Amino acid sequence: MSTTLLVEPSAMSPARRVAGAVLRSREIAVAAVLVALILLTTLKNPSFLLSADGWRDLLLTPSLLLLLAIGQTVVIVTRNVDLSVGSTLGLTAYLTGKLFVAHPGLPILAVFVIGLLFGAVLGMVNGLLVSLFKVPALVITLGTLYIYRGIFLTWAGSSRINASDLPESFNRLGSQQILTIPVLTIIAAVVLAGVGYYLHTARSGRELYAIGSDPEAAQLYGLPVRRRILAAFVISGAVAGLAGVFYAARYGTVSSGAGYGMELQAVGAAVIGGVAIFGGSGTVWGAAIGAFLLVTINRALPIVGISDFWQQAVVGALIIAAIVLDRVLAARQERRLVAAREEARSHA
Amino acid sequence: MSTTLTSASGAPGAPGAAAPARSYPAYSQPLWRRWLLTREFAVIALLVIVLAWSNLNVPSFDGPLTMYFLFLDITPILLIALPMTLVIITGEIDLSVASVVGLSSVLVGQLHHDAGLSIPVAGLVAILVGAVCGAFNGFLVSYVGLPSLAVTIGTLALYRGIAVGLLGTTAVTDFPEHWTQLAQQRIGGSSYPVVLIPFAVLAIAFVLLLHFSPFGRGVFEIGLNDEAAHFSGVNVELTKFWLFMLSGAVSAFAGIYYTLRYGSARGDNATGMELQVIAAVLLGGVSIFGGRGALHGVIAGVVLIGVISSAMRLEGQTVNVINIVIGALLVLSVISTSLLSWASGLTSRGRGRRPPWRRQPDVTSTTTT
Repeated sequence: MSTTLLVEPSAMSPARRVAGAVLRSREIAVAAVLVALILLTTLKNPSFLLSADGWRDLLLTPSLLLLLAIGQTVVIVTRNVDLSVGSTLGLTAYLTGKLFVAHPGLPILAVFVIGLLFGAVLGMVNGLLVSLFKVPALVITLGTLYIYRGIFLTWAGSSRINASDLPESFNRLGSQQILTIPVLTIIAAVVLAGVGYYLHTARSGRELYAIGSDPEAAQLYGLPVRRRILAAFVISGAVAGLAGVFYAARYGTVSSGAGYGMELQAVGAAVIGGVAIFGGSGTVWGAAIGAFLLVTINRALPIVGISDFWQQAVVGALIIAAIVLDRVLAARQERRLVAAREEARSHA
Repeated sequence: MSTTLTSASGAPGAPGAAAPARSYPAYSQPLWRRWLLTREFAVIALLVIVLAWSNLNVPSFDGPLTMYFLFLDITPILLIALPMTLVIITGEIDLSVASVVGLSSVLVGQLHHDAGLSIPVAGLVAILVGAVCGAFNGFLVSYVGLPSLAVTIGTLALYRGIAVGLLGTTAVTDFPEHWTQLAQQRIGGSSYPVVLIPFAVLAIAFVLLLHFSPFGRGVFEIGLNDEAAHFSGVNVELTKFWLFMLSGAVSAFAGIYYTLRYGSARGDNATGMELQVIAAVLLGGVSIFGGRGALHGVIAGVVLIGVISSAMRLEGQTVNVINIVIGALLVLSVISTSLLSWASGLTSRGRGRRPPWRRQPDVTSTTTT
């Protein structure tokens, strides 16, 4: 018996194959929804996109959730989850403010680096607990969610960081633009490109996917599962730390509510962007577009005349729709593969 | 290495394994050891120790008001923890419970205030809506086959969004006084609130359901291996569906209590409570992987968190420090399972089959070679 491939190489021309892949791509689909949403809202109220402020906010507001969604994707791909990112963001944002209060002359770059490193340490705590003790990430990060937020609130007490505590140049950075594009958005895009490139091409990045699709197989195959999972959590923490610095720069004030509940939004953004909650598939590009969509919906609803009280309901419906759609597409793909196998058998 | 061989076959009854006579580790020890050396008993012991210590050392902890307010505060968590335990034992999770609490609170408020329904009728409608919310989760999880973590993150936002959308930022506060007082009444002259009676009834019902019924055995089997459960005749889909529906209905009931207890119906009532419930359930010894857990441990876990918070509050600590302690306790409790099973693996190496729920089957085989 000759070896038959389960699925024959496509007989279509490369151009049509690329076109088909683009049409089926989750990222493109979510991006299309995003573009349609922006267009509709702009038709209703042109200043949503066309005014200088509207353009800036459109790009700037999602940058925080964008970062969190990137980190969350790296963790979810390994079949784990990081619920502590919201607390990490809050704690780092407060640390940023405190640093400026203690050392007003600190260079801004140093603060960014410190925030990143501090977040990485918090992420490493998660990663060490999860990978060394082989306990579920959901439980550990639920615990550290409470611990980090508790530390943040105990440290802050009833005080908070105000814009006057932060140096002028740092506050300005929050709304500064280069060629009309906000600086913070550019930094987030650079992080996105870096992590996306790493996940897509680097050997260790691909291993994260392997671990997520089948942890036991990955272990038997000899992949350093422990180290990779640790690294995923460190990345997630570091990115959340960076988001904390962003928060301080963007809003100028850090109160006790900073980052509250953002962990579930980050997971939601990743899920909408096509990241499978049980690991092994999905891209940061999708998660990033998902984050953009979530934030933009929140801002667009009041403009199209829906009371902003309904925002959350729409977001929830969107998440449900996204996973149902995934399921339908997966079922169709499965049927197609089964049909291909039956055909291959009948030919053999 | 023989230990790794036996433990590597995670599924029971692997064919062809010329196994030495099968031993049932659960029954190889005397009854008292099986009862006392469990996670549940450890939680209960910890609870007793903390209670005793607080009674002796925390000023005014033994006063009549402590237990009263403790139970008033933790009753919603106690109630929701019951169905949540069953859901987690099947290996699923329900993150939408707190949003159902908020939704039912808003419904009771609006139906009473705007539609003029009496509290029992409004409450009944709220419970029905809660059951429908849970059934929607259950339908998506068991019949559409979606992961419950993702589904209930979606419905967490959806149900909360409906609640906030219905009522906006306003609150309904004009509830008839005898109902709000009923929510805070004591049983006779004791220091226990009357709301513990419906809780006790529900708790007994859930204990019977989980530990003394075929349905409950099915719940455990699904958590251990849902395919095997399916082949042994458990209706996996229907079981999960019912559990999610129960979870929705009980959460809605907790929402009614929450509304009357604080005398206010708001869309953002009980925000974030889902994580408190899950933390308490896991602290009570339920495995997040499913297949393991018992209700007495869970109830002790909820009360333990309540006692620690109220003792620390009496000591003048803020809620933030309490959160740190609860978080640390949660982390320690899961780590301790891992450490203990590792330690018991060291002592009983010869015959030591570790319980199947403890580890992924292949972990030891690669670390020991």
